[in-house]
Amino acid sequence: MDINTYIESGILELYVAGKLSETENEEIYQLLKQHPALLQEVLDIEAAVLKLTAAVSPRANGFESIKARLDADDTKVIDLQPKTTNWISYTGWAASIALAAGLFWTLNQNTDLEQQLQTADIENQYLETQIEDARTDLAATKNLLNVIRDKDIIAVPLGGQGNFASSFAKVYWNKADNTIYLDAEGLPNAPEGKVWQVWSLTLNPLTPTSLGTIDDFNTDDNKIFTIANANESQAFGITLEPEGGSAGPTMEQLYTLGVVASAP
Amino acid sequence: MELEVLVKQFQDKNHAAFETLYGMYSKSIHGVVYNIVKDTAIADELMQDVFIKAWHKADTYSSKKGRFFTWILNIARNAAIDKTRSKAFKQSKQNLNTDYFVDIIASHDNLDNSTDAIGIKNFVTQLGEKCKAVIELLYFKGFTQKEASEELQMPIGTIKTRNRNCIQQLRDMVL
Repeated sequence: MDINTYIESGILELYVAGKLSETENEEIYQLLKQHPALLQEVLDIEAAVLKLTAAVSPRANGFESIKARLDADDTKVIDLQPKTTNWISYTGWAASIALAAGLFWTLNQNTDLEQQLQTADIENQYLETQIEDARTDLAATKNLLNVIRDKDIIAVPLGGQGNFASSFAKVYWNKADNTIYLDAEGLPNAPEGKVWQVWSLTLNPLTPTSLGTIDDFNTDDNKIFTIANANESQAFGITLEPEGGSAGPTMEQLYTLGVVASAP
Repeated sequence: MELEVLVKQFQDKNHAAFETLYGMYSKSIHGVVYNIVKDTAIADELMQDVFIKAWHKADTYSSKKGRFFTWILNIARNAAIDKTRSKAFKQSKQNLNTDYFVDIIASHDNLDNSTDAIGIKNFVTQLGEKCKAVIELLYFKGFTQKEASEELQMPIGTIKTRNRNCIQQLRDMVL
């Protein structure tokens, strides 16, 4: 290698300035050991820079100014690390805690809302059922109203008899389709083991004909029952009979009775 | 290799060796630090800190990494630059004057009419503007070659050769 070219490149000046990489520094260190001319060059550069930099100093204190500190610091080296508060770390932790709390809260909210939703769903279903029921009821009632308003209908009020004076019922008889609609709301619920039996009567002579028992009386809502009747009825009566009904009416248990006003 | 022996002793915590090194470099270190902080009292304090730090960090120095002077110069520049960045310093020195080392040298009264002092003053007055800037940045401010080339808008290679020429002129004056 050409020592002069190397020197002329200016790399040694940068070496003294401390502006080379670690690798370059080590290379030069090796070269300096091999080439005294290079070392001399470095020493000259350093000497010149030393003088220049020293010339800038207005004055410099002597070694005495630091000597005391050497011994003091020798026995006990305390690295004074300023107690810096690690704000980034603190903020980080605070943020994570806030986030965790937030997540927990959201989770709770979610569970609550899901429960509310379920309750609402159930209520909704219940209401839908009620609406459906109301619609069915309404349809039935309208149907009934139509029946009662029919011009061919004969209304027969059935008055309370004997001990059962407070009982009453009403029969709407459509002779056109041989159907009676019995409104039995004025009758009490049939006791256990007993059942209401409806009779069609002809008066002269008094002949009862069973129109059947009302087995679903107690559970029926509007207490209106549709019963087929092809007889030339002159009166209608209702008796309380043992379960299954009787062949003839038990007159002691005749609750209501009504005569058809005028034969059509 | 007298210096290497001295440095070795210094690393073995030899006060006398350290005192010798201090005598060799303290004025230069003070000059470099003063050029950055522009305040004698702060420069005094910083220089002490630098040498104390060097004393405690002695074992981290290796001649493979560079010259001992370069090592301590580096500690000094870093300490001084850190100082200028401190809040207290910024508040006390709102308007840091932008004098280069040359202005400082030129303003010194020649109390000691040593040949060195005269030589350097001559050097400074004759120095071209670009030489002043390159030396200021590389030796006093610790700029890298690349940073200096950006600052002065010169190719990196030019920085290197120009610096070589400027230092050559200095050597002719003072050595």
